[in-house]
Order: sequence, then C-alpha cells, then structure tokens
Amino acid sequence: MQASPFQERLRSALPIILLAGVFAGALALARTARLEPADYVFNNGTEVATLDPARVTGVPEGRIIKALFEGLVVKHPRTLESLPGMAQSWDVSADGLKYTFHMREGATWTNDDPVTANDFVYSWERFLNPLTAAEYAYQLWYVVGAEEYSKEVDENGHPTNDFATVGINAPDAQTLVVTLKNPTPFFMDLMAFYPMFPVNRRNIEEAQERWPDNWEIKWLQPENLVTNGPYTVEYRRVNDRIRLKKNPSYWDADNVAFDTIDALAVESAGTAINMYLTGTAQLIPNVPTSLVQELMPREDFDPVPYLGTYFYRVNTTRAPFNDMRVRRALALTIDRKAICEKIVKAGQLPATALVPPGMPGYAANSMGPMNIAEAKDLLAQAGFGPGGAKFPTIEIHYNTNEAHRDIAEVVAESWRRNLGIDAKLSNQEWKVYLDAQSNLEFDVSRSAWIGDYADPNTFLDMFVTGGENNKTGWGNQDYDLLVARAAAELDPAQRMDLLHEAEEILIDEMPILPIYYYVTQNMVAPRLGGFYGNIQDEHFPKFLYWMDDEELAKKRAAQPSAWRLADDVGPSEGKYAPAFSGPIPSPSGI
Amino acid sequence: MLQFLARRLLWFAITMFCVVTLSFFMMRAVRGGPFSNERSLDPAIERNLQAKYHLDWSLPRQYFQYVGPFNLDEHRASIFGGDGTDTFGGVLTLEFGPSFKYKDFTVDQIIGQSLPISSLLGIVAMMWALSLGISAGVASALRRGSGLDLTLRLAATGGIALPNFVIAAFLIILFVFLIPLFPVAGWGSVRHMLLPGFALGAPFAAYIARLTRTGMLEVLSQDHIRTAHAKGLAPRTVILRHALKGGLLPVVSYLGPATAGILTGSLVIEKIFYIPGLGSHFINSALNRDYTLAMGVTILFTILVYSLNTLVDLAYTLLDPRIDLDSI
Repeated sequence: MQASPFQERLRSALPIILLAGVFAGALALARTARLEPADYVFNNGTEVATLDPARVTGVPEGRIIKALFEGLVVKHPRTLESLPGMAQSWDVSADGLKYTFHMREGATWTNDDPVTANDFVYSWERFLNPLTAAEYAYQLWYVVGAEEYSKEVDENGHPTNDFATVGINAPDAQTLVVTLKNPTPFFMDLMAFYPMFPVNRRNIEEAQERWPDNWEIKWLQPENLVTNGPYTVEYRRVNDRIRLKKNPSYWDADNVAFDTIDALAVESAGTAINMYLTGTAQLIPNVPTSLVQELMPREDFDPVPYLGTYFYRVNTTRAPFNDMRVRRALALTIDRKAICEKIVKAGQLPATALVPPGMPGYAANSMGPMNIAEAKDLLAQAGFGPGGAKFPTIEIHYNTNEAHRDIAEVVAESWRRNLGIDAKLSNQEWKVYLDAQSNLEFDVSRSAWIGDYADPNTFLDMFVTGGENNKTGWGNQDYDLLVARAAAELDPAQRMDLLHEAEEILIDEMPILPIYYYVTQNMVAPRLGGFYGNIQDEHFPKFLYWMDDEELAKKRAAQPSAWRLADDVGPSEGKYAPAFSGPIPSPSGI
Repeated sequence: MLQFLARRLLWFAITMFCVVTLSFFMMRAVRGGPFSNERSLDPAIERNLQAKYHLDWSLPRQYFQYVGPFNLDEHRASIFGGDGTDTFGGVLTLEFGPSFKYKDFTVDQIIGQSLPISSLLGIVAMMWALSLGISAGVASALRRGSGLDLTLRLAATGGIALPNFVIAAFLIILFVFLIPLFPVAGWGSVRHMLLPGFALGAPFAAYIARLTRTGMLEVLSQDHIRTAHAKGLAPRTVILRHALKGGLLPVVSYLGPATAGILTGSLVIEKIFYIPGLGSHFINSALNRDYTLAMGVTILFTILVYSLNTLVDLAYTLLDPRIDLDSI
C-alpha cells in the first residue's frame, strides 16, 4: 500500500504540528494571570451563587456582599450592635411600626452617584418584585404591603399591585421611611443582613439597555459592577477566587486596612487546612472533623457557640410516629453526650430544645435530660414493648456524608440499647434527600437550621402549621397562635414569653428530636485583628487588619496560657487602616 | 482519507444528537431540582424562579429551546410574535445558556475559564506520563530480566494499582510539608502544576511503560533491527531511529483513551490541589442539578473524546503506512 502524497506531507508536517501545540501550551501558560499576593486571603468554602444581593441566600455569598455593598447599618464586630452605615442615624416610632432612616451625607457609589434613600426604594422594589425571583424576599414581608406585592401577579408574572402600596418611601433623598405590619424587634438586624443591601440603579439600567438579552449576568461582571461598600471586585474566576480591591471612594475608606483580599472557594476541608497550615490562607471557616480534637488546644482554633441546631425531623403523618408519646420516648433516649464528645468534638452542646442558648433576652428551654425509664413507660402507654406490639424498624434518613452517618449510628445504637428498637440507616444524595424530606418520605430525617438573625422567631416560625420549612406534617393551633401573637407583641419581655411558651409546646409534642447546638469552626491566623468569635459568626470585612508584633504579644499575654501557639503568619509590622486609632468604638452615641 | 473524515463527521452528528437528547431527558428525570435547598422556598417565590428559567414550560418545548436554533421565549423573532431581540439561541448557535448554579456566569464563560486550565494540567500530566513511561519502558526492554527491569516493572504495577489521590497525598507530605519545594494547592504558576500533573499522570505513565516495554521487545527481535545493527549503526541510532518508531505504536493507540481519561479523571486531583478546572464541573454540575452546565460539559467531553480518537486514528497511519484509513 502506497502512502498518498497527502499523507506524506502530513507526516513531514507532524513535528511542526507538535511543536505548534507545545508553543500554544506555553503561550497559555504565560497568559495565566499573575496576581500579586493579596493582603489577606480567606477560604469562603464554595463558589458563590451570585454577587447580586437580592438573589443570594448563602453564608459564603454574604461574606462577599458584605465587602462589596453596605446597607443602612453594619454590625459591631464584637458586640453585634448596629453601627451607622449608609444611614447616619435612625428613629423608631413609639408603636415600633415606623422606622425613619436619615441617610449619610456624602456617601457615593463607585460611579460617583450619591447613595440616597431612593437607592433603597429602588433596590427593595427590585428585591420584592416577583420577576427578580428573590429567594429571601420574605425577609422584607414584615413591611406593610410587601408580601402582597411579591405574591399577587398577573398571567405574565408581573406584580398586580403598585409599589406605592408598600410601606417603603423616600419623602426626600436623605430620608427613608419604612412602615411595618407588626413591631418587629429584630428589624434592625435585618437592615444589616446582606439581602437588604442596595444596588446601583444606573448600573442595572445601563446593562439592560446595552445587553437586553443577558443584562442579568452583565451588570455583575467585575468591569461593570458598581458598589458602595469598602471593596470592589478586581478579578473573578469560577472555583478559584474573587479578588477584592479597596474602594477609595468608600465613605469610611480611612478605616479600611487591607488593600486587597482574596476569597477562595476551597470545598475540601483537607485542602483548606493544608492551605492554612502553609500560610496560603489566613482564615478558613471549617476544619476536617477528624482533626478537631488535635486542633482544640491551639490558639488559632477557638470555637464559640453558633446560632444553629442539629436535629432530626420526625414524620408525624406516619404511624407510629403520629403518637407524641413515641416521639418523646425517642427523644429521651438519644445519647447526645456521646455524639458531642466522641463525634463532633469541638465543644458543641447537647441540644434539648430547638432554640440554641445565647439568644439575647430569651430563657432557654429544655425537654429534660436523658430518661430511659420514662421513655419505656411512654412506649408501653403507646402500646409497645413487653406485652404490647413489636415496634417497627425505624429508618434514619440522611444525606450522604460521613459525619451524618456517624451520628445516625450513635442514635440507632441508643434506641437499640435503651428501648430495644431497631433502626437502620438510609442515605441519599443531597438533592434526592431534599426532595424526599419535602415530600415526607421518611421516618426520621437529619436536619439543621442556622438562624438568620439573633431572635428565637427565626427558629420557631419554621414549625407553624403548613410552613414550607416545617417538613414534619406537624401542626398545632395553639403553637401557631402563640407565634402570631408574639409577632404582634410590642413589649419585648412579653414577646419572649410568648415565644418561650410556643417552644414548650414544640418540645412537649416533639415533632423534632434535637441533637446538638452548633459552634463556629473558624481557624484564624493569630495576627488577624478585628475578628471576634460571635454567636452569628458575623464578620464585616471592613474591620479586619493585621496586628503588629507588639499588639500580638499583648493579645497572647491575655489569652489562656494553656493554648498552644501557632505560626504568626502575616506582616510583623502589622497592616493598619490609615486612620487607625485603636479598637473600634461601641455605638453608644446612637 | 477524505472519505474517512466525511464518514466520521456523519457519525459525529448522530452521536451528538443521541448524547444531547439522552442527557437532556435524563437530567430532567433525576429527582430534585436546581433550586431545592435545605431552606425550602415559599411556593410563590419558587414559582417565580421556575418561570424565570422556563422550567414551567413543557419538556419538549424546553428541549427545543435548549437545542435551538430558534429562541422560543418572548424575545423570539418578531415574525413568531416576539420582540425580535434574540431570534436565535440554543446549542446549535453555540449558546449553552446561563448556569443555574453560578448565576453570574454563562456556561460558555465557565467552560472558557476552566477548559484552558484543565488542558494545561492535562498537558503537564501527559508530559510526565510520556517522558517517564517511555523512558522506563525502553530501559526495561533493553535490560530485560535485570534488576532494573524488575524495579521499573514493580513501580509500574504500583503506579497502576495506587489511586491518584494516594499518590497526591504522598507528594504533598513529601514535597510540601517535609521538603517545602512546592505550594500545597492553587493555580497560577508552573510550580503549581508539577505536583498535580505528576499525580494525575502517574497511572498513565505506568501503563505507558508497560506498553512501551512490550512493544519494544517485539520490535527489537525483528529482522530490520538486526540488519541495522549489522550495518554497524550506533546502538543509540538503532533504538531512537528504528526501534522506537515501531515500538511506540501501541502507545500511540493508547493516547486517545489516555487523553480522555486524563481530562475526565482530573476531578479528584483538582479537588485536592484546588485547581479551577473542568473536572469538578463534570461531577458537581450533575449533583447541583445545574442543567445547562451539566449539558455543556457533557457536550464538550463528547466533542473532545470523539475528535481525539479521530486524531489518533490519523496519527496511526502516519507512523505505519501499511494502515489504510478508508478500510477502517
């Protein structure tokens, strides 16, 4: 067989083709953006869904949005009190229904537009508009007319109500008036919550005009995005990093220390801790469970209580779990101590109610300690045990994950040993698990809830009859009534009492089996200043800085001497804000 | 040859059609949707989201919108009753749509960012695999039965048996923590590429070593090699110019599957070394029910694997003129 001339030519061209390939590879290599190392690098845990404040729901998104945008208020890094942000000051009417915000003079967007009350009206209209499809829209439904505006739509999905029916007004550019349906004591907390942060109208409208087709993506590109917060986006690559750059036109730029911040999207806890230990990242939000015990004595790993509860949902529509005696018996016999001490190990507390402790003004509830005798009694009353029917095998439903499996094993073993009830484990892939949970296709199902704001309501309104996050089939009219009455109650102490009473009903009827209360799991470089562990794990990036050697030594002198010192990565001369003048003041002037 | 390419192109179209249709309907048939989350949405908000991404349309309509070439939403051609801003759309116009999960990016952007990184990682892995594999294979074949041969063959068996994440862990302990030579993870410079490239390429290097050894042993016993030696050519020339060409044929035919394997198998390595490549999207998009991204990545891999195999078939005839393309 004779090779064709074409083949001959191709054969002689082969080395050239290969060479060109290698050359192209080298070119691609050279093109890889060479970024200078950032002043501060932290792991954000995952790639963010979007930078649009109106359309996000997750904690990682929140960390970035708090750097890019600023709402009416920010929170003090240690006390979590409201500090003035875009609002210079605010008044609340005596009935707690009307909030008047006085806007900061001179605050601007990065496109030089002034930040006015109208920006908030525009942003919140957009946030509530059903066409935006904001997942967190319900957080503003405390405002008069807001829920109706979001929900009542014509056949094209446009709202049928005029936005004038919503209690959000700007009588002038410097004044924003918000009228609420009920006095909402945590309303100021919501104002520091990232979905409520404003966006720039010109930014969006110009994008709509230039790219009518995909403006929703275009306006958020680093080169187009307009922000009003301490940082802007310099560079962004999926699953790699968001490079934040200090915004020189930010009103408080003199108090912002870092010029650049990198937010990484490392999902593997093992990789993240490797990066932390080699100094590539200086803060990581969680650590591998297998290392927790070893890390506990270190000065840079100091878990504090966190506003979250790990619990099992019980399907109250299925026999025998429709019997509250059975549910209580199951709750009373879980070995929570073993779970906290042998599995999660970072100082989590055994949970005996839904609302975690540490909620300001709220007395924690408890269903009481582990009680096997009472549990056996309850089961016997329900017709199971000696002389009664055999208890069916319980299926413990969880999403595929080693830590969840370990906990489920302890729970199953507790029930087997204490009550003679068999339980088997059933794991499902995340999205299937979610679907099964929503459709009540389980006996008991692993769950968790992290509070949005420091108020028991964020936990308790989850279990009102028919609520979309109830997912237990449980309902109790008295409970619903108490939660509703609490929402309308003006007196804070009275309100907390009502919520407390509601939680008592919940732990009495036990549609959930509480397991443990969360702790934060931040690993933080010792030199990082302005970072304080707090119950909401809330950290506004504008307050962060590097301590110099002197300040670090002072900090170390004050901490428990048993703590094992860690590498003091970071600049030894520190990195302070230009106007640095000691610790951040408390907002006593407001 | 042209006939061969034309036939391949026809099959390519049929393959693509099957892949797109099957994966589209399989994705939609899987339980759970892109917007389900631990925090369930208010039904009204969920409806708004579904409408925004056209998930409230009938499945066939969604399919035709996805494939294209005509856009079916309110921006369709004015003759179809739309406002005409976006007459065409869909995969046939090379638009893969916005990602459901990463809402600030289109699928095209995500692939545009991560494909070069994966390719670069793949090239580095391939370089490791070829250089280590071929030299070990040749050395083994030339010193057949010696201690060197035995050691290299043991190493090759180890390389095939050890999963790449174990190799990665060894490398990290050794070259990051004990001897701090390389960064532990991340992407951006040549130093970031060597460890993950090696870990990813190691199993392929081992396999290539075996193939080379077998191929070389077969060629070395052939008449033309004996003739070359008899002519008095230097042993180096005999091996490099005459033996290798034939001995590497099995390696060449393995290059197609190896490249595909390196591209699709980079997930674990990308995760361990925190590399923003395509591999993680391959798995995560399916887990996230990111319909458009999953489809985009599937289509991309189909194209890559298909064209790589075609290229290998072409290369084969270049190395061995006895092979006739039009008869394959």
